[in-house]
Amino acid sequence: MLYREAGQFKTNYVADSAIFPLRQDRIGIGLIIIAAYALAFLGNSFLLQAVMIPFLVFSLASIGLNILTGYTGLLSLGTGAFMGVGAYACYKLMTAFPGVNVIVWIFVSGFFSAAIGALFGLPSLRIKGFYLAVATLAAQFFLQWCFIRIPWLVNYNVSGALDAPLRTLFGTPIMGPNATPQTRYLVVLTIVILLTWLASNLVHGRIGRMWIAIRDMDLAAELMGIRPLQTKLLAFAVSSYYCGVAGALLVFLWYGGAEYDVFNINQSFFILFMVIIGGLGSLIGSFFGAALIFILPIVLGIVLPAMLSPFGISVGADVIEHLRFMIVGALIIFFLIVEPHGLARLWQIGKQKLLVWPFPY
Amino acid sequence: MDMLYKVFIEPFVFMGEAPDLLIQTLWEGLVSGVLYALIALGFVLIFKASGVFNFAQGIMVVFAALTLVGLYEKGVPAFLALILAVLVMLVLAIVVERVVLRPLVNQPDIILFMATFGLTYFLIGFGELIFGGNPKEMITDALFLPQGTTELDMLGGMVRFQHLDIAAAVIASIMIGLLAVFFSKTRIGRALRAVADSHKAALSVGISLNQIWVIVWFAAGIVALVAGIMWGARSGVSFSLQIIALKALPVLILGGFTSIPGAIIGGLIIGVGEKIGEFYWGPLVGGGVETWLAYVIALLFLLYRPQGLFGEKIIERI
Repeated sequence: MLYREAGQFKTNYVADSAIFPLRQDRIGIGLIIIAAYALAFLGNSFLLQAVMIPFLVFSLASIGLNILTGYTGLLSLGTGAFMGVGAYACYKLMTAFPGVNVIVWIFVSGFFSAAIGALFGLPSLRIKGFYLAVATLAAQFFLQWCFIRIPWLVNYNVSGALDAPLRTLFGTPIMGPNATPQTRYLVVLTIVILLTWLASNLVHGRIGRMWIAIRDMDLAAELMGIRPLQTKLLAFAVSSYYCGVAGALLVFLWYGGAEYDVFNINQSFFILFMVIIGGLGSLIGSFFGAALIFILPIVLGIVLPAMLSPFGISVGADVIEHLRFMIVGALIIFFLIVEPHGLARLWQIGKQKLLVWPFPY
Repeated sequence: MDMLYKVFIEPFVFMGEAPDLLIQTLWEGLVSGVLYALIALGFVLIFKASGVFNFAQGIMVVFAALTLVGLYEKGVPAFLALILAVLVMLVLAIVVERVVLRPLVNQPDIILFMATFGLTYFLIGFGELIFGGNPKEMITDALFLPQGTTELDMLGGMVRFQHLDIAAAVIASIMIGLLAVFFSKTRIGRALRAVADSHKAALSVGISLNQIWVIVWFAAGIVALVAGIMWGARSGVSFSLQIIALKALPVLILGGFTSIPGAIIGGLIIGVGEKIGEFYWGPLVGGGVETWLAYVIALLFLLYRPQGLFGEKIIERI
């Protein structure tokens, strides 16, 4: 009823090519942002700390990988390591220059991982497809080895772990043991919204079209005057920037301290799951994927025991854990069979249906 | 200057001074290379016939070995357990073809790759649910796998050969030889190669793709079982074993995804390169280079040959 196109006339190209051409969409996105901010004051700290902050962090990392894999078509398995570079760079910067606000360093640390990402993206000009995926594994294992073996990265502390020092913004602690989940959530939310807006502008503009051209057929794109090396490296750099910022947020604003092990290969696969389940080449899909893959196991952990107990089956925590693995695996296959283009496509179909509801077309 | 000396001269001098150590390292490299090749072989089989990059190969190795050991622990005689484990892999192949591959036919590669991820998760959960998550001992005695070591006087030192390693190399070689014969001489083997060349052309001459997929997944399952027994005998059967599947990936890209000889040569290069690198150059940077050296070796090879050593030449058209 409310979701209708009728009466909204486009009078210029700018309005026609807007990201949200419908007024209802614009209102909707505004409401979602307001609701997200309101959640900081309404939600309890468990919800913010254990669900919302990681969801946002993983969404940001998924956006990063989606730029590389979804928009540019370069499969990467080094996401975890690039996140790690961001986290370690942020740690070095904020301990070396404690006077500068930490928000600045979170953004700057992304540039370090962008540089490393571009470096490991160099082979992408010659190597394609799954071959490239394995080449990025070199980045994953090499960088992870660096995190373990170079004590300089953690300022020679004995534990070898990253820890979040106390940092403030406008006098309120946003990092370190004193920061409440509420303030950390607000910081993460603002950064994620800002970077998502930036990514949306990138992928809908000239650069995004270049990436998509490379993805669809790099040879044809090259003939049309798109330089493959620069475009691919830019995709690697931007993608790693997002992953780096996400890594810094993950360690310092979610965990509050971590070891190198956080950035292992499983993290890379985890983010890849989110991107593919959410939908390759879709920013909103990154959020859907992160929500599904991150929140599903949590929900299953709560729901499964409750579902089994009426049948008189009481099972141990380990069995629940195994069942959870099985169900997540089965659901991944199920989703791929039902909708190989990811949740973003389902969302799109849903919106199309809603536009003409109650008629079929 | 000192660094250059340490990198470029000292290791070679050391090699010349202690040839027995060099032989020992080479031997260890060769054995692990053969075992890597065995895992990579499973990948190649499936990739050739169905174009699926089967990430679940690693967990299939663990699952096959766990089934064997689990059944034996339940009191099933070793050889019956072996046969049952083979049957389990057959059932797995049929189920995978029915449930995963058939509905996903004609989807992009990355989606199929993802589906094998789902399969990996499922098998991890399923395996742990049935057999428990604890590491198990491989039943070497019951399977008549030799143990102990032989020490040979050689080049002014002793070189140790583990009997198990020799057996592993022999069995892997036999396995590879059998597969080569199977691929080139039998009817099914020819059908497999036809499918690898072109799905459409194979369909048009009356080859059933579904049947072929079951056969290759079953063959990959048997290879996984053999690899599982061999790796399990060396380092115990546990879920951490699936990490070695990741080690098979550089082997795979080095040899090319579609080449069986490539998998073998790639395995040997990676195995030897890794051990030599770790032993002679590892200490320079603090050790532990084994975790990434294989990938870097593969990456360097790839820069010269993007399709791997034996891969089919990539021809791109618009």
